[in-house]
Amino acid sequence: MSAPAMGTTRTAHSDASHKKKKGPGALATAYLVIYNVVMTAGWLVIAVGLVRAYLARGSYHGLYYSIEKPLKFFQTGALLEILHCAAGIVPSSVVLTGFQVLSRVFLTWAVTHSVQEVQSEDSVLLFVAAWTITEIIRYSFYTFSLLNHLPYLIKWARYTFFIVLYPMGVTGELLTIYAALPVVQKTGLYSITLPNKYNFSFDYHTFLILTMISYIPLFPQLYFHMLRQRKKVLGHVEEYSKVE
Amino acid sequence: MKHYEVEILDAKTKDKLCFLDKVEPNATIGEIKSMFTKSHPQFYPTRQSIRLDPKGKSLKDEDILQHLPVGTTATFYFRDLGAQISWVTVFLTEYAGPLIIYLLFYFRVPFIYAPKYDFTTSKHWVVHLACMCHSFHYVKRLLETLFVHRFSHGTMPLRNIFKNCTYYWGFAAWMAYYINHPLYTPPIYGEQQVKLALIMFLFCQIGNFSIHIALRNLRPPGSKTRKIPYPTKNPFTWIFLLVSCPNYTYELGSWLGFTLMTQCLPVAFFFIVGFIQMTVWAKGKHRSYQKEFPHYPTLRSPILPFVL
Repeated sequence: MSAPAMGTTRTAHSDASHKKKKGPGALATAYLVIYNVVMTAGWLVIAVGLVRAYLARGSYHGLYYSIEKPLKFFQTGALLEILHCAAGIVPSSVVLTGFQVLSRVFLTWAVTHSVQEVQSEDSVLLFVAAWTITEIIRYSFYTFSLLNHLPYLIKWARYTFFIVLYPMGVTGELLTIYAALPVVQKTGLYSITLPNKYNFSFDYHTFLILTMISYIPLFPQLYFHMLRQRKKVLGHVEEYSKVE
Repeated sequence: MKHYEVEILDAKTKDKLCFLDKVEPNATIGEIKSMFTKSHPQFYPTRQSIRLDPKGKSLKDEDILQHLPVGTTATFYFRDLGAQISWVTVFLTEYAGPLIIYLLFYFRVPFIYAPKYDFTTSKHWVVHLACMCHSFHYVKRLLETLFVHRFSHGTMPLRNIFKNCTYYWGFAAWMAYYINHPLYTPPIYGEQQVKLALIMFLFCQIGNFSIHIALRNLRPPGSKTRKIPYPTKNPFTWIFLLVSCPNYTYELGSWLGFTLMTQCLPVAFFFIVGFIQMTVWAKGKHRSYQKEFPHYPTLRSPILPFVL
């Protein structure tokens, strides 16, 4: 779910060449192109940062620290995409986009940032790498689609890489949350106990466990949806390649 | 008297599902639905949506065949609304749940709180008061469902009962857990706060009931007519001057009162979620009043006077 947010309802972009619906106006399109270019660049910075840090250190442990700031900046920036849907300049559902972006932001801030002990875990690299590759492909896909010049390679990558990246990202996310559990339980992070004047309690440890459990019904649904999308979009390749 | 022929096609596949000949011109859609059920027993009438156009609006059961824009061979389209359940059944189930569930927490039935608290009672009088108010509210709702409300639709889709019960039962359990908790903290401003909250709650319960009676009296028994509601001799109905759906207004007031009385954050959340949902419903109802009645009073707002 947080992992490759491949956009379940974004095939409208891929059909942009022959289904001219009431899309964004010229100003909105210009803004979206800039937005997607900036995001592509941002995630490229993160990718380069990871590679350079690996080469400098000679190991793949603890690479999170070298890309912590751009990761936080660009992943949080994706919240704008919810506004794009709400404003109608992007044809996706607000709820679906909101869910995908918020789960990413949750993992970035409420787990990785908040529980410092997990930052050195290898599972963090697993989901960061998955997100990075996915986002570079996804944002360049949108950029090219908006400019009506979508190279088949990008389209293919967008609807193929997820097959590996999605499970990879989900594994990284789950392992990271799992690593955070003992720390959260010990420190009572983000938890409220009774008695208090609001007569309310919240156990973040239990909440994290429930979050992990929620992956069980959600992940297969999203994964198989994307496989179906792949068949639809890449299935009739022969007809489309002429139009492109 | 010329008889009509009626053919019913599937709205999606356009397959001929049913052909009825010698249909009376004054036959109603309801009667046609019953005839259709004879050949397709799994599609009982409340599950059928019959329309003139595959993508059009459903025709009403009261619509008469000869008054519809059809020739002597009428073509209708059928859409399956899915398994249906009666409104009465849904209401009774969704309201009985909170009544029972809250009491389970109030009596501190085992496995909820620590064993040493099993079957104990709270030492705070506001907790007893809250139980009485909550129980009164849901008993009132159950009785209104059985004796007061006159429903326009007989049924709703079956999946609604699961959705609705999860909402009502879930929130009831969540609220009841904290209010009846051994570590419950009574309201900051003590007796003053609770008394004010109780007055608000009772006032709005009476108000809500008054509106339900007024709405019932708009509609003769067994009918589904819609009329504009107006203030009656009962002062609690004078709010109709300012609001289209005062039943929702009073309901909000009741839960606001209950929130103040218990000073419990989950109750506040229940109030807020209810507020959002009732506002959506009130706006929809307000709009359909305006559409159906061209001289609908302009001073009225959907749910909150002048504001919303």
